[in-house]
Amino acid sequence: MTNVLTLAQAAKVDTGDTAWMLSATALVLFMTIGLGLFYAGLVRGKNALNTFMMCIAALAVATVTWALVGYSLAFDGTGDLVGGFGHLALQDVTFEPREGTTIPHLVFMAFQATFCIITVALISGAVVERMRFGAFLVFAGLWSVLVYAVLAHWAFGGGWLIEGGTLDFAGGVPVEMGSGFSALAAALVVGARKDYGRLALLPHNAVYVLLGAGVLWFGWFGFNGGSGFSTGDAGVLAFTNTLLCPACTLVVWFALDLIRGRRVTAVGAATAIIVGCVGITPAGGYVSPGWAMALGAFVALPAYAVIVWRPRTRVDETLDVLAAHGIAGFTGILFIGFFAQESWNGVSDGLVYGNAAQLGDQALAALSAPIYAFVVTFLLLKAMMLVAPVRATEREEALGLDVIYHGEEAYPTGEGAILVTPEAGREEERLVANPM
Amino acid sequence: MKLVIGIVRPERANDVLEALYRADVRGLSLSRVQGHGGELDRVETYRGTTVKVGLSDKVRFEIAVSDPFVEPTIQALCDGGRTGEVGDGKIFVVPLERVVRIRTGETDDLAVTPVGV
Repeated sequence: MTNVLTLAQAAKVDTGDTAWMLSATALVLFMTIGLGLFYAGLVRGKNALNTFMMCIAALAVATVTWALVGYSLAFDGTGDLVGGFGHLALQDVTFEPREGTTIPHLVFMAFQATFCIITVALISGAVVERMRFGAFLVFAGLWSVLVYAVLAHWAFGGGWLIEGGTLDFAGGVPVEMGSGFSALAAALVVGARKDYGRLALLPHNAVYVLLGAGVLWFGWFGFNGGSGFSTGDAGVLAFTNTLLCPACTLVVWFALDLIRGRRVTAVGAATAIIVGCVGITPAGGYVSPGWAMALGAFVALPAYAVIVWRPRTRVDETLDVLAAHGIAGFTGILFIGFFAQESWNGVSDGLVYGNAAQLGDQALAALSAPIYAFVVTFLLLKAMMLVAPVRATEREEALGLDVIYHGEEAYPTGEGAILVTPEAGREEERLVANPM
Repeated sequence: MKLVIGIVRPERANDVLEALYRADVRGLSLSRVQGHGGELDRVETYRGTTVKVGLSDKVRFEIAVSDPFVEPTIQALCDGGRTGEVGDGKIFVVPLERVVRIRTGETDDLAVTPVGV
């Protein structure tokens, strides 16, 4: 009787839930712009536009591939490894509620699309300042289907991880570990920037970096808070944990900065915000606010260690996607296995609350997702290199990719710029560069 | 005494600095300039506005040296600045009439010789 009642209720769209999910979708979309700002500030001025444009490219390419193929592979059916083709080109994605939710299927699809977009954009951090823009467009399209859609199916869409009991609230598997370990593979295949390890390659605008991190945190309330697909307890818990966890990461990061360099750095603070948000992403709806704060403090340690260690290697994983997303996501996924609390999440306990099996389920995800993401990304880029070069020439790298690929500069002075009129006979209309 | 003015690509500036350091040339000034040589203009488009940008970013070194250091300085600028492509820059060597070190009042060769060399 109860079952029948639940089913009947589940088949109905809830207006409150839908209103929140519409907003949450827009919040997550804004994260990709925040990420563009964050990344653009971290690179040199001559590559700022190209770096931002990689995130804009994800908005374009990943949305199209998601609507055509990705969503179906991720969320159609309950195949172990990959979904079906039932929702190709958004077939049967309508106003009817998505199974198991109280929101229209269309909203569910759009919400998940924004996750795919930002994950694709995240990987660009590993290859900025030297990857060819065209090659990145191709990579973005293929990666969004071959890696993101598959991992999203495993963790969210009815694949072997979610069916096996792995808990991943908002994307520790597909988004964070998926992007982090793919970034490592991409950095290895594409290779280091030509001056890496020889010259100081510094962020050109730390204010952009802080502003971008702030926009990301803001959007993350939709990312985590929306991953309950309702205004119910889980979403509320995740929303609040998204405030608490990164704040604790910031505090610990300040302390680590003070110990290491006697100064609290701004770029470090921006990084800490990301690391804290990533840490709570998988755990948001599963751990108590207290444990979310503990997670925030703890996740700073491995991420900080990798960020300090990585630049001493030959691996030019330029914007530390592995540390901030891969390592922090890995930590968050495992944290659930220890500190999940059924009294808070209504689903499962972790090891500390007497359910050791949950830790096993989490460990399975923490091992399988990085391996899949790394291997497939590595092979994908190697295969692309057989067809065409994926990186800019040394001369192009020296000149800066903004001018080379976009024919624009982030900070043009206008000095020495002579107006050109491509269309003959329209010269009168274009006598001055700026009619103002 | 000569004033050696070297105009090089910004991305080679660090290589020039390194080459100068190896040649024991210590005192120098550096500024960012824009200029036009034999390089092709680059075309940029901002919405409907297309422009041809004839000025390229360059870095200008100014190095005052005593006569024995003139050749090593020129050599260092060439070694550090050369890529072989059009746009590598120029070196101008001009005679210097007087040099004064403000701190001590030393003049000429004494003033262009860094302390400790």
